[in-house]
Amino acid sequence: MVEAIGPMAYFHQQLERGRFLIQRSKSSGKFVFYPRALEPGTGNDDLEWVQATGRGQIYACTTIYPRKRSPYNISIVELEEGPRLMTRVEDADPESLRIGMAVFARINKDTNQPQQSDPALLVFSVHPGSLVQEESR
Amino acid sequence: MNKLRGKVAIVGAAYAGVGSLPGWSPLELLARASRQALDDAGLTMADVDGLCAATFYHFFPTLSVGEYLGIMPRWSNSDTVGGSSFLSHIEQAALAIEAGLCEVALIAYGSNARSSRDLNGLIETPETERPYNPMVPVSGYSLAASRYFQEYGATRKDLARVALSARKWAALNPDAELRAPVSLEDLLAAPMIASPFSKHDCCLVSDGGAAIVVTSAARAKQLQRPPVYVLGSASAHWHREIAQMPDLTKTAASVTGPAAIKAAGITHADIDVLQLYDAFTLNPLLFLEDLGFCKKGEAPGFVADGHIQPGGDLPVNTNGGGLCFAHPGAYGLFALIEGVTQLRAEAGQRQVQDAHIALVHGNGGTLSHQATTILGTEATLT
Repeated sequence: MVEAIGPMAYFHQQLERGRFLIQRSKSSGKFVFYPRALEPGTGNDDLEWVQATGRGQIYACTTIYPRKRSPYNISIVELEEGPRLMTRVEDADPESLRIGMAVFARINKDTNQPQQSDPALLVFSVHPGSLVQEESR
Repeated sequence: MNKLRGKVAIVGAAYAGVGSLPGWSPLELLARASRQALDDAGLTMADVDGLCAATFYHFFPTLSVGEYLGIMPRWSNSDTVGGSSFLSHIEQAALAIEAGLCEVALIAYGSNARSSRDLNGLIETPETERPYNPMVPVSGYSLAASRYFQEYGATRKDLARVALSARKWAALNPDAELRAPVSLEDLLAAPMIASPFSKHDCCLVSDGGAAIVVTSAARAKQLQRPPVYVLGSASAHWHREIAQMPDLTKTAASVTGPAAIKAAGITHADIDVLQLYDAFTLNPLLFLEDLGFCKKGEAPGFVADGHIQPGGDLPVNTNGGGLCFAHPGAYGLFALIEGVTQLRAEAGQRQVQDAHIALVHGNGGTLSHQATTILGTEATLT
């Protein structure tokens, strides 16, 4: 079973198409993120792609204060399915964010690097809504 | 107790060019420290047949260092796991020496992190994290601090007390960079870099080289300096990047501390002095707990009660640590050298009385690799 591209490239390809997919091992039933070739720990190679609900909560958060730019958030979000990921919670004053807050996935363009080709980026919002933002599609 | 207890000893130790030394390369600083460590041991470059090295600038550290120093080792190891690499090197060197693969191992490090502002090798942010612009490595630790605050009700004041203790120790160390007295209020007034950290919660970025010489107990007894024996050691790692850390408030030190103490055949009460890798003020709190000196959540109170500062009954980071002494990209070897200095009773004003057993704890990556080394004087072998 060899796909045309590896799991990380496939994840990004699907993100570009507005889909936030994560992996799940068929035998263990556990979810995996970041995308991997095997389930960590078990080595199971029966990972399948499933649509993430996009719901999660802030597990850890920090506000970064760059010298010449506005403060911004860096969070570790725990997905409803279990895995955690590093991300940024947007659409909120970074200093207002707290551990335990409910957050919702968005697929966004990387606003920090407008000169580049803007790869799709998974960010989070404190507001419920559809996964794909209008302006990025 | 394990089979390696007291089998090898540190017989030479030195650092060089610590602080700000523009115009010097990492290998040049490493070489100066290596020569001084060998001089300290009463050995020469020609005696070295084992080599360990790690830098942030060389893909093949032992090859680059061996060539530069003109050493042709019959055994070498460049385990590179961040700031704790050198504690791993001691463990590997002990195995190699005991197995007869080499007899005299040089463990060396050099960095011009301050002058070059280059920490490139430290920052290898994966593609799933890079676009968010995390401030690596600061944000990894500030995220862990947010979680520690949440779970245990700790505050910025608890972090500041760690910095204050480091500053008090540094005042007693003529080689330390930040020696001027400060108040808790001064520390808390500084602007944030990555909440809840201000610059006072972050280690220095220094230039510097460091080296130690490790050999068999038998050879050590013939040399000029009082041997500092390796009584026990343990290493473990659970993740690379902070988002993959199983529990942000509990490190693999919870495994390495008890394992190293057991290997050394001692108890916590036997330990006279601690060197805990303080890349950030959060670290000593986590390590005091994970190594078993406090229960989870109790380190802030322990620090507030004055135990770790000068005059306290469990002195921690007696040179001022990475926060106030120096932190040239990786600090592990400097922590080991302070352990050696204390056990040789050569620490001057900051000397811990009757210090016979030192616990040195190293941290690598983002609370990722943890390594504990327990050192003892000759008296601890009997």
